[in-house]
Parts: sequence; structure tokens; C-alpha cells
Amino acid sequence: MTLPLHLQAITELAAQLAAKKISAVELTSAVIARTRATEPRVHAFNSSDEATALAQAAASDVRRAAGQSCGPLDGIPIGLKDVIAVKDQPLTASSKMLAKFVSPYDATVTTKLKNAGAVLHGRLNCDEFAMGSSTENSAFGPTSNPWDLARVPGGSSGGSAAALAAGSAIATLGSDTGGSIRQPASFCGVVGLKPTYGLVSRFGLIAYASSLDQIGPFARTVEDAAIVLGAIAGHDERDSTSFKTAIPDYRAELAARRGPWRIGIPKEYFGAGLDPEIGAAVEQAIAFYKKLGCEIREVSLPHTQYCLDTYYIIATAEASSNLARYDGVRYGHRSAQAKDIVDLYFQSRAEGFGAEVKRRIILGTYVLSSGYYDAFYLRAQKVRTLIRQDFLNAYQEVDALLTPTSPIPAFKLGEKSDPLAMYLCDIYTIGVNLAGLPAISVPCGFTKTNLPIGLQLIGQPYQEANLLALAQAYERGHEWNAKHPNL
Amino acid sequence: MTSVTHSVPSVSQSSINYEAVIGLEVHVQIKTASKVFTRVAAGYGHEPNSLTDPVVLGLPGALPVMNKAALDAIIKAGLLLGCEIAPVCKWDRKQYFYPDSPKNYQISQYDQPICLGGSVEIELPGAARNVMGAHKNIPLTRIHLEEDVGKLNHGATESLVDYNRAGTPLMEIVSDPAMHSAEEAYAYLTSIRATMIYGGISDCDMEKGQLRCDANISIRPVGQAKLGTKVELKNLNSISFVRDGIEHEIKRQLAVIERGGTIVQETRDYDGMTGTSQSLRTKEEAHDYRYFPDPDLLPVAVDAAWKARLQAECPELPFAKQRRFQADYALPYTLTSVLVWDRALADYFEEAAKLSGKPQAVGNWIANDLLREIGHAKIELASSKVRPAHLAALVQLVEAGTVLNQAAKEIFTEMFATGELPEAIAEKRGLKAAPTDNNELEQWCRDSIAANAKALAEFKAGKDSAINAFKGPVMKAAKGKANPKLVDETLRRLLAGM
Repeated sequence: MTLPLHLQAITELAAQLAAKKISAVELTSAVIARTRATEPRVHAFNSSDEATALAQAAASDVRRAAGQSCGPLDGIPIGLKDVIAVKDQPLTASSKMLAKFVSPYDATVTTKLKNAGAVLHGRLNCDEFAMGSSTENSAFGPTSNPWDLARVPGGSSGGSAAALAAGSAIATLGSDTGGSIRQPASFCGVVGLKPTYGLVSRFGLIAYASSLDQIGPFARTVEDAAIVLGAIAGHDERDSTSFKTAIPDYRAELAARRGPWRIGIPKEYFGAGLDPEIGAAVEQAIAFYKKLGCEIREVSLPHTQYCLDTYYIIATAEASSNLARYDGVRYGHRSAQAKDIVDLYFQSRAEGFGAEVKRRIILGTYVLSSGYYDAFYLRAQKVRTLIRQDFLNAYQEVDALLTPTSPIPAFKLGEKSDPLAMYLCDIYTIGVNLAGLPAISVPCGFTKTNLPIGLQLIGQPYQEANLLALAQAYERGHEWNAKHPNL
Repeated sequence: MTSVTHSVPSVSQSSINYEAVIGLEVHVQIKTASKVFTRVAAGYGHEPNSLTDPVVLGLPGALPVMNKAALDAIIKAGLLLGCEIAPVCKWDRKQYFYPDSPKNYQISQYDQPICLGGSVEIELPGAARNVMGAHKNIPLTRIHLEEDVGKLNHGATESLVDYNRAGTPLMEIVSDPAMHSAEEAYAYLTSIRATMIYGGISDCDMEKGQLRCDANISIRPVGQAKLGTKVELKNLNSISFVRDGIEHEIKRQLAVIERGGTIVQETRDYDGMTGTSQSLRTKEEAHDYRYFPDPDLLPVAVDAAWKARLQAECPELPFAKQRRFQADYALPYTLTSVLVWDRALADYFEEAAKLSGKPQAVGNWIANDLLREIGHAKIELASSKVRPAHLAALVQLVEAGTVLNQAAKEIFTEMFATGELPEAIAEKRGLKAAPTDNNELEQWCRDSIAANAKALAEFKAGKDSAINAFKGPVMKAAKGKANPKLVDETLRRLLAGM
């Protein structure tokens, strides 16, 4: 049985588009129709501009007819997390603060996707300013997990993961600061890649924690993720932290890199709190790699226990500063109650930000305060160096690391009301951001209650080609991504 | 070292002498084509909010990227002032909420500024206008780079913000607390301004906010090592306000002490129009700027080759030039003071001096005639039609006796108006000294000597100046067009034979 268009992979759709079996308008229309059908239940979108998407699709068809197609993404509907700027489209960060903000410019990744011919459809829901692990912190209401509508899709890029799982996009972009791509990918049964810090330009990405944020793709297959990564990666002179490195043809490299790999299993990532079903699924993945001829070795990342604390000092410090610009003076929410300028700041920010954002701003402001800076921020930076060193030490003896993506599968909406319990969802993903490494989550099974499980593979800096090949080796031996939620 | 002391008439029996201690924080806008962290143009006097883009406005997702020309400029400033250039410098966020700051943080440098140490040479007023004053080096603490903020225009019920200035590269030059009078502060600021203009780093137009100054002022009993409580004086918006404001603040602090009060650490706003100041905030109300390294910008390493390239572009500074002009060209102090403070003028002088071989004469022409004409015409030196070659040619004509002084002045005026060469003007207008028949000249000289026996006797008795008495009748006979040098030579030759 052939899958409906909206559930197919980029590679499959690109072949049909190239063969002129389908048109981009047809494909986009199918995705729009699917979105209309599922959105009332999933709510993965903050907004969508169907007319513009269809116009882009029509332009793609014109290019193809003229023999000027831009490549595999030409005509493919891709959704962007609502923290990535698209010219003349809303850019809300799922916050009341930016509810009416329209971006006057394109993010670099947006420009690159446009240049690749992609059809940009929809602004995808997320936790407010990308702060959260469930997408429940959105000012516009939570997104539901397509596999179980009573459950969260993960976060902060929950809309990006859910839209893809639901068939409302063929691929999506999210951003990952502490696991915000990989954790929702694992919750929604899709592939999610967080590239090495500096590989993808952050210009036009609403900053949460600048030294940790990284844009990356959600896709149905590893090959699709490689295609999208190839389109968005590369040095950008508008982002000083973007790295000058040659970008390989990730898709072509998949065939070229065949291992066997030496895979490290960090013992600290299999401790208390790990759901037994997830533990078992990951063990099976380890056994699979062993069968492939990979060398499996236990390694230690001794500073793992400090990751969460370190993250919540550095990320909140940067966030408190990055979010200072939302003050109601020139754009964004301005309180109608304000009597003077100080009042304007207080009221606008009190009304515009949600509870989790306020919590992190307060925490970040505190750790940067005079007299506390050395004890918190400076020390956290030192620990961060140690955490990175842990990974680099491990890479002396292994090519990649293998862990669960999340200790638990998708939980119920409203289940985690304690912020600390929520923060613990990210214990396996945060270290990667602190170390600036690339990591991917690929589907590796389902729980008895039919909830997806994710396997995390962590690579070496700028070695995405190796990481993708390693992930694809697993994917080829399994058919987890052939399963789709029953919506 | 000069130290100005103020005597406080004490209520007690003894009178204590106080000394002022002053440190200046000088902000200089760097003259670059674009802003410090983005490509949008930097400028003054444009339509409000026209020099903006997502980066300047701090829109969601915008990121800063360092303008290398601004870095070049500040490193050059540091080299000119003898600073140590940090091998690695980083950028920090200085955080405070104010509507002129689009991001509510200012990208600045906190603990690793790009320039450390160095000093500013100043000259204090001399005993008289033509006497060089004492020189002194005011040590610098640091110079760092930051972004300028926007400008608020306050109306009756609302304030408008213009972000054109926001993001203009700005350097903050911080002196040690090493000055002791308003005069020194004035000289310091004058010297910094000249240095920056010389280096092409800034135009330092205070009216356009390109040079701004805050002063930290305290007083202490003479001989006491510990600094007194400092007061920061803001809004010293012209060089004379700096002098007046500091003078006012020193007097205010002395008066407080005199009344038996104590100085409160605070920031005060000086109003130059009324000559008064008022408290803006005290120490307790001071900001906690929550500085931390800007994660959007990477630290910059300044290597030796980079420094060497900029060092090669560093011009000789005014005081060094003044010493050289005095030594090499034997120019008097007053003349060097006229020439060295404007780099273009100094260069102009040197070119004409070298072409003519007569530096003093060239200097005089510039100081007395060229500057006057330029002033009247309200033009820049660069657009003067009298180029160094013109002036050198004119000086040479006078030296050779080809034209006389009065004629030279006329030639200069015409040359200034038309740009013609002096030789051509002299020719055209018949201003050359008459080509004299030597026999005729000799006869006039003989006649003059014969007619003045008294002067002849005096000259023979050794009074050299007596020769001048013979010159008048000769010039009269020549109708004023004789070459005075030739007249002098002829008279001497004849007198020697008598």
C-alpha cells in the first residue's frame, strides 16, 4: 500500500516530483488538507499562511517545468519552529510578548531553505522562548502528541515534532538548547538532529541561551535529515559563532561511511530514573550494533552529575540577558496600564511573559548579580569545560556515544507540574549542548502502550557525516519509522 | 609636577591646604563607515531612525558581528597613546534598562579591555603666550570599545527615541586619577582630541557628540595619599564646560568641607548654561550592570602583524612634531604652536619648507597670511588654491630679491584668488624688482656715499649699520625697484675699497 503523500519521506517525494508524477502544489495541498484535518486535535501550529505556501509551491512547479529545479528540497513543505524568523510572517516564540510581532527579515536558515526551493508552511508551536520540555509553556496552548493526544509531544520544539508525526509537514526545523530537538523527536517517533554548535547559523533564531542554541532538522528518515542539514549548514558572516568549515554532501557521505564504529556507552546515562522499557530498547540497539561488528565499550563521563546545575546557571544567565530586549518600548507587548517608563517595563514584562520564562529570567539575573557571579556563572563555565573534556576524553577511545534520548516516554499533559521534575527530562540531552557536540535521536521502538522510544547517538564535533551514517546503519536494520500514529 | 592647591579658610586655628584629584572618562566616537556590529551606515544628522537594521534595533534573532575597522581604529588609538594592546580581548554585556538601549544591554568590555596603560601628554599654560608651558604625562588606566546608545528626545508628555546613534563604535578612554586642576583636565581633553583627529580616528566634534566627557573629582588634604570620596560629574558637553564644571565641583566640595560636612559618593549632572550641578544618584542607587561575556561574539586575538600594520599608520603626534619643528627648523615656540595642532597644516608647512629651504619664512607666511585668508574665505586648507609649491616659490622670489616684500603681499593675494604661480603674477603685473643696469646702480651707490660723509666716517669706524643710511637715496633713484640684496652688496664692495 502506498503511503499518502503527507506521510512520505523527502527522498520519496523528491523522486516523484522529479519524475513529474506529482506537482509541488499537489503535495502542498495534501499537507495543508492534512493539517486542517489534524490541527484541531494536535495544535502543532501557531499560525499558517496557506496562500504563501501554495504560491511557493506553484513557483517550484514553474522552476521544475523550466528545468531549473533547485534540488531535493524544491517543492517540499517544511515547517519552522516559531522562533525562526521568516520575513513578513509572525514570529511569536509562543509568547504573549510577541503575539503580534511580524518579522521584517529572514533568518539565515530561512533564506537557505527558500534558496533550496522549500515550501515554508506554518509557524510551529513550542515552549515559550524555547524554555521547557513539553510545549505546555506555550502562551497559545499546548500541542498534543499525535501518538496519544492526552500526552505531550516533548519540548521545547514540540510543534515541530508533532507536525511531522501527524503528517502536517514533510520535515521541520526546531532549535535545541538542552535537548529541545532530540527529546520531542523521541516522544513523537521521528528523527531529530542537533548539529555541532556553530555548524548552522543562529542569525534570525530568537535567542534563548546563545552559547547552547542550535537549529536542526526533524525528519522521517536519517537520509532526509542529512538532506535538510546540507541545506541549512555552513558559515554565516552574520553569526560570529558560526564555524568556518567545509560542508560535505551529507547525503552522499551516508553511503561512503560504513563503519565499523567504536561505540561508547556512558555508564552515567543508565542509572536510576531510566524507564525499564526504554532501557531494554536501548540495550537491543546496543546488541544490534554489536552484531554489525561495532566495538562496544563502556565509558565514563564523570561530570555528568553536574550537567543539569551547570545548564540551569548558564542557560538562565544568558536568557535573562537575551530577553531583556522585550520591554514594550519599540515592539512586542506593551502594557496599557503603564504610568511611566519603569512601570512600562514592569507591567509589559509581567503581562507578556509566562511563569517559566519569568522563573528563568529571575534565576539568570540572580546568578549574574554582583557578588554571586564568581560563585555561580564563572564556576558553571569552569564545570562546563570539564563536561566538554569528559566527552573529548571518551572520544580518544570511541567514535561515538550511545544513550537513551530521554529517561521516560511521553508523559501526560499536566503531569509534571513541578519545574524540577520537568528539568529532569533533559538529563541525557543537556551534556551534549554544554559540550557543543552533534547528536541525533532516532526511533528505536515503542513502549507497550505504543509510545515511541528514542535512541541518542552523540558524535564528534563537526563529524555529522559520521553520526548520520551511524544512525542510518541502525535505521536500516529496523522499521520503526514505517509506523505512523493513528490520527 | 604642577599641583594646584586650594586653601580653605578654616574655622579652626590652622588652615589646611586641599588638592583636587581628577580622573576623566572620555568617550570618543570612532569614525567608521558602518556601525560597530552591523553593516548599516553610521552618521549624524540623518532622518531619525533611518540608520537602523534588525541588529541596531535589537530585533528578535539579530546577532552582532564585529566591525574590523572599529577594532583597527581603537588599536591605533592605543598605539598612539602608548598603551599595551591586549593579546586577547573579549566583549561583555553591560546590562541596564533604558529606552535608548535597544537590547537593554550595551556590548562593551569589562575585565579585558583592548588597550591598557599608556598616557596622554599635555601642556599647561606658559608664563606668557610666547612661552612654552610645562609638559606632563597623564597616565591612562585603559581604553575599551563599546557601542553607542540611541538618543532620547523628551517632549512634554512623551519621549521619542532615535536609534541612529545606537551602535556607533565608541571608545572609552579612562585616565588614572592623576589630574589636579581644571586646567589640566582641559589640556588633557585638548590633547586627546588632537591625537584622535591626527590619527584619523574621530572628528571629535563635541556638538555632534563625537567627544563626550565625564569627570571623577575628589579633594584631599595636600600630602595625604588616600583619595577622597569621589563625585562623578556628567554631561560636560563642551571643552569649556569641562573646565567650568570641574572648577565648580572642586569649589563645591571645598565649601562642603569648609562647612564641616562630608562628601557623598554620587553622580551629579552639570548644567553648563547655569553653571550649577545637581545630584542624579548616590552610590546606593548605583546600577548592578551584571556584566558577563557576550556569547554572541568570540574573543579577538590581536597578533604582532596586525599591530605592526597599524603602528606603521600611526602619525607623529603634535607635541613630538612641535619639538622636531623647534629643533630641525629652528622655529620659535609661538610659530610651532600655530603649525602643529592641525595635521594638514603641519604637513603643508613641511612640504613648503622643504621646497623652499626657508622654513621660518614659510612659517611666517602661513601664520600671518595664509591662515588669515583662509579664515576670511571660510574655506578649508585643502581647498586653498595656494599650494605648498606656490608658497615655496613666492618665498624663493623674495629671498632672491626678485620681488620685494610689498609686492610679495600683492602677489599672495592674487595667488590666493586665482591659484596662479607667483612668478607669472609678478611678471604679468610688473611686480618684479627692476632688472638693474649694474653700472647705473653702481653710480647711484657712489653718489649716495659721496653725499653722506658722516655715515661714511661712522661705517669706517666700524658701525656696520651706518650702511643703511646710503640705501635710501639709492632706492629713491631706482624708484623703489632696485634689488635690495644687490644694493647692499654693491655698497659694501664700494665701501671696502674706500
